This record gives sequence, structure tokens and C-alpha cells, in this order.
Amino acid sequence: MSRDTGPTSLERFINGILPENPTYRQILGICPSLAVSNTMEGAVTMAGAVAFVLLGSNLLISLIRHLLKPHLRILVFTLTIAAFVTIADRFLAAYMYDMSKQLGPYVPLIIVNCIIIARCEICAAKQGVGPALADAVGQSLGFALGLASIATVREILGFGTWFGKWLGWRVIPDLSAQPQVWSNWVIMILPPGAFITLGLLMGVMNGIEHARAARLKRTGGKQ
Amino acid sequence: MNYVVSLVTMAVTTALINNMVFHFFVGNCPFIGVSRRLDTAFGMGAAVTFVTTIAALLSWLLTYFVMAPGAPLATGLWRLLTRDPAAAADLSILSYIVYIFVIAWAVQLVEMYIRKFFPPLYKAFGVYLPLITTNCVILFVCLEIMKHIGTGATDPWDLGKALTYAFFAGFGFLIAIVIMAGIREELDHCDVPKPLQGPGITLIIAGILSLAFMGLTGVDGNLAKLLSAKSSHPAAPASAPAAERSK
Repeated sequence: MSRDTGPTSLERFINGILPENPTYRQILGICPSLAVSNTMEGAVTMAGAVAFVLLGSNLLISLIRHLLKPHLRILVFTLTIAAFVTIADRFLAAYMYDMSKQLGPYVPLIIVNCIIIARCEICAAKQGVGPALADAVGQSLGFALGLASIATVREILGFGTWFGKWLGWRVIPDLSAQPQVWSNWVIMILPPGAFITLGLLMGVMNGIEHARAARLKRTGGKQ
Repeated sequence: MNYVVSLVTMAVTTALINNMVFHFFVGNCPFIGVSRRLDTAFGMGAAVTFVTTIAALLSWLLTYFVMAPGAPLATGLWRLLTRDPAAAADLSILSYIVYIFVIAWAVQLVEMYIRKFFPPLYKAFGVYLPLITTNCVILFVCLEIMKHIGTGATDPWDLGKALTYAFFAGFGFLIAIVIMAGIREELDHCDVPKPLQGPGITLIIAGILSLAFMGLTGVDGNLAKLLSAKSSHPAAPASAPAAERSK
């Protein structure tokens, strides 16, 4: 095994949040971000579960990185992740039963979520514990941001609420008596709404990025 | 006859109504990543169908005989070890690890088998076979099968049902990815706004396709009625409408 090289902890942490955002930049882990993002509660729980698994597996892989054999490493990654996902799944089933029911098969599907395998491969298998943990925190924050942005749009348009089940905040007043003024967009809760929301948000993110790049070019920015 | 009707209904429900991509959102990474050209999309879809069926066979056998609550093999062994005739073993906590192992193993096996006996097919599948290990469709199918085995299951599946489910889940994925690839080949000639190019427009099209597939809701109930009316057993239970399941 060669010497540990790569970006420092701080760079790893910051990269995860926006420059290498898992949802919008790397386009990884789309399945859960579409499936559980019709309410904020589901999104936050999912992000928490992914954060736990990512932290745990990044830490463990980083600790055993000198023992890994190249041809067996993917298998080791997957089995490590599967063990942590089992813990997260049992925890949810024990303490947040309703949420566990609502998330259904998408919690075990974290095992095949590309984000975690990608982070193990890119960062944890090559760097020490510090950068690996920073990377895990940054990536989970980025994933949470991506998930929360989709869920915000979908829950507000679909139910008119934000954290409706936990906190009961209404964003759009309840106008079910006057459907001619406003009625909730049911399509946003259903599968098509997820695809369209993520597609449009991705367009918005790319648009902002293009605009910033163009501005930097015009002003002859340092980057 | 009832059994055949239930299999046909299950096939239609799985492939069209509760389509893996458009309804359950699984298999989205290859759906967006590999749907640029029609032939590679077809190869990917076929490979997924193939591996899903084999992994489903293995995981059904393992779950039924070893891992489900009160499974015969595990319980027998446990009773032998503890010398307690009433003991019951429940290994379902191991299921995720076992499934991921089974999937990885099935992919390896299929790859070796095809490389040895069907070299042209191996060339056609190309790099997609190893990539399938991390395809959510297969794990999703294994988890669905697990839900329908054991003492807690309300609607127990036998091997035939599990295999039908697995094959048509893969087939639904094949349909979805081929449709998408066909549209994206045409899209090359269109003027897409720059920020939406690539994944953005693909996701929006997927949303519209998903709307179209929602129009098939309820077909399965009518199909079951139609088939059971023709058969000599009039009391075939129509399967629950998909609308109920999609909640």
C-alpha cells in the first residue's frame, strides 16, 4: 500500500456539501432521493440513516485499509455496509416504527446505494481516519441537503405543509374548501412528481453553475 | 386455473403497473446512466432480467429453508444443538448480508458461465454484468420475496410466484430502459436548454413516462376478472387493485 495521499480533511468536508454534492453533481443515490422525498420527515430520517451508515463504514474501511486485497475490496465494502445497514434498520424498526414502515424497503436498499460504495472506494480505502470521517460528514450533509431540497418542493406543493407530521407547519393555508383558489398538487406526492422535481432542480443547479462560470470568465476571476 | 390467473395478474402488475423504475424508483442509476443508446440499454435490461431471476431463485431457497422465522433447516439444527424440541430459530436478521452475498455470487457465476459457454452473449453484455451487483432492482426483488415468506407473511409466495415476480420485475426494467433509450436517441436531434441537458431532461421525461404508466392502474383487476370468468372456476379471487397497493 502506498502512502496516504489526497485532499485534506477540510477539503473533503467542503467538497461533499456543494462542489461534489452527491445528488446534484455526482448523480448518485437517486433511488432513495426520489422514493422517500414526498415528506420532510421521510427525507430527514433517510438522510440520518445514510449518514450513520456512511460514517460507520468509512471509519471501519479506513481503519482496515492496509489489509484490503484489491480484488476483494468491493465485496468487503458491501459486507461492511450491509452490517451497518442492518443495525440502522433494526434501530428504526425498534424506535421509529411508523417511519420504518413508511420507508419500507428503501432502508435496506442503502446497501446498494452508490454513494457509500463510491466514498469507500474514493476516500476511505486510500486515506486515514480523519479525512475519511470528514468526508463522510460532508457527503452526508450534501446528501441531506439534496434530499431536503426535493422534499421541500414536493411536500409544500403536494400537502401544503413543511414537516407536517412532526411539527405541523402549514406553508400554504388550508384552502380545501375553496378549490378554485388553490388545491394541492397530488401529482407531487406520486412518483411522476419526484422525477419532474428532481429534473427541474437539477436544471436550476446547473443553471446557477453555468451563470457563475460565465461571470468568473467575464471578470477574469482567479479560479 | 386460479393459480395461473394469479401468475398472469402478477406478471402484468409487476411489469407494467408497479414498474420497478417508474413506480418503485429502483434501478435509477443505470436507467439514467446507460440509457444513451438503444443496444446497450437492451443489453443492460436483458442482463438485469437474467441475474434477477437467478438471484431470486437462490434467495427464495435460502430464505425458505434457512432464514425465515421457523425455517426447517435452521430450526432443525438449532433443536439438535440445544436439545430443546420446542426451540425455533429466526435468522432473518442476517438476511441483508446473505442477500448481498448471494447477489454478488450470482453475478460472478453468471459471468463465468456465459463467458465459457456463450461467448457472443458475453461480448454483448460486456461491462454491464459486473455493474449489476449494485443494481437496486435485484436486492429489491430479494427483499420483496423475503416479505412473502415465513410465518408473518399474509400472502405467502411459493417458488413459482417468486420466480414470476423476479422475471417480470426485470422485464419491467427492460421495458423502461429501452423506451428511455429510444427517446434519448431522438433527443439528440433536439435543442434542449443547456442546464437541462443530460440527467435533467432524462428525469423530466421519466416523470412523463411515469405519468403514462400510471394510466395502467386497475388493468390487473379487470384482467383477473376477465380470465377467471372464462375459466371453469368462477370463484377466482380478483387480486387487489394496484391503486390500493400504490399507497
